Amino acid sequence: MKKYLSFFRLRLVTGLQYRTAALAGMVTQFFWGFMEIMVFHAFYKADPSAYPMTMEATAAYVWLQQALLVFFGAWMFEGEILDTINNGNLAYELCRPIRIYDMWFARSVANRMSKAILRCVPILAVAVFLPEGYGLRLPVSLPAFLCFLISLAMGLLVMVALNMLVYGSCLYTISGDGMRILFASLSEFLAGQVIPLPFFPEKVERILELNPWASMGNVPFRIYGGDLAGAAMIRAMILQALWLVILVAAGRLLCAGGEKRAVVQGG
Amino acid sequence: MKTKKVSGLKLYFHYLSIIFRSAMQYKASFWIMTVGHFFVSFNVFLGVFFMFQRFSHVEGFTYNEVLLCFSIMLMEFSLAEIWARGFDTFPSMIRQGTFDRVLLRPRSAVLQVLGSKFELVRLGRVLQSIVMFGYGITHVEVRWTGAKLVTVLFMLVGGVGLFSAMFMIYAALSFFTLEGLEFMNVFTDGAREYGKYPFGVYGKKLLLLTTFVVPYALVQYYPLLYLLDRRNDPFYILLPLLALWFLLPAYGLWRFGVRKYKSSGS
Repeated sequence: MKKYLSFFRLRLVTGLQYRTAALAGMVTQFFWGFMEIMVFHAFYKADPSAYPMTMEATAAYVWLQQALLVFFGAWMFEGEILDTINNGNLAYELCRPIRIYDMWFARSVANRMSKAILRCVPILAVAVFLPEGYGLRLPVSLPAFLCFLISLAMGLLVMVALNMLVYGSCLYTISGDGMRILFASLSEFLAGQVIPLPFFPEKVERILELNPWASMGNVPFRIYGGDLAGAAMIRAMILQALWLVILVAAGRLLCAGGEKRAVVQGG
Repeated sequence: MKTKKVSGLKLYFHYLSIIFRSAMQYKASFWIMTVGHFFVSFNVFLGVFFMFQRFSHVEGFTYNEVLLCFSIMLMEFSLAEIWARGFDTFPSMIRQGTFDRVLLRPRSAVLQVLGSKFELVRLGRVLQSIVMFGYGITHVEVRWTGAKLVTVLFMLVGGVGLFSAMFMIYAALSFFTLEGLEFMNVFTDGAREYGKYPFGVYGKKLLLLTTFVVPYALVQYYPLLYLLDRRNDPFYILLPLLALWFLLPAYGLWRFGVRKYKSSGS
């Protein structure tokens, strides 16, 4: 366990080095969040009765999504891991007395966290002070906030577990540029990052909520805003845990198979 | 041996043919990437589609009207992107010092930068904008007249010019910062993304901003009002062309950057 923790720490410290990039990113995300909320307000004004969430919960959803963009961005693959597979350095990794899956998993989690920590605090801090209906509300209650944190952590792990499936399949196919783009755009849609899942027609929403991507940002963001509570919240969190177990098991299997038949490409 | 001076345009197309031939060495990867890019922008369309399953209109615009707006904006962007994305990789050109080589050649620097990269895979986006444009034009309740077709043409001209100006500013700024500024994305990808809804949707302040400062509303919101018969003043037909003024500061900044340029070595 200790060795995975040190991979985790190493990545975290490296990620914290890029502060200017983080600042530029923050300004951009702030603007995008603002535009997003203006659109929702326009739709709300057009027909309040058709609007599926409260405005406060929508604003919270948008701000959390912007602030934690790197937590749940499916397009964010680690170039280093992909390079390792492509250029043959995988051979070195295989020599180490560690499990490749666990190491890559720890690294990916740390990478996303280091990027998020820098960016999310300032965005959220500003968003809290925006007027009601535009800004980030305070948590509904302390228990809800704790559930939000637990669900957020599970969501991050589910995202990384999905990423790991892609890395795992790269062990078989080598060149997966197109596949990664398809994966990224599919997950963006299924995760409710294009529009939040409650905005879909009811029947579509019920199906979409079962897919693994809905177990990422969708659950914690809605718990925070108070849109998901009570029994529905418990159900969603159990589903998150279930997907996490299934995805990790599948990923382990995939990687184990891939390691055995991996062809080292030159190098 | 006599050397012949090739015309700028011919040289540009020669650059393109080189890039095209090299991309075609990897046919499968080319097609998969094109399909991938198609789906990336298809997501935006799906978002609009499902929002209108729930709401019948936004700020007085119906689904078909928003789609017309979105498709024209997407077309403007993807056409500009096809030929001006060379500016996008410009920051790395500066950092690696390859811009020195460009300056040594007796041809226009802009031309060479544009010819340095031509992303064929972005054709996926063009493809989608053509499909949507066709759908938008045939489904929206517009009485098409000659004046309106001219308006659409002007929107495309003005929009391509405006987006190109943004790409150019992005490149020119890297003379001073050495790296690409992520913030400029707001004015390129951001404008495309949020231009899917008419800019009037975002409130008065943003409309003023996009009218007088970053003139996106001139190529989107106002001519759209004319197309949909909300305004009848023929002045609205010409508005998109006014947006072209933005090319002046963009080119000015570029010239200023070239003059100030100090090689980063290597």
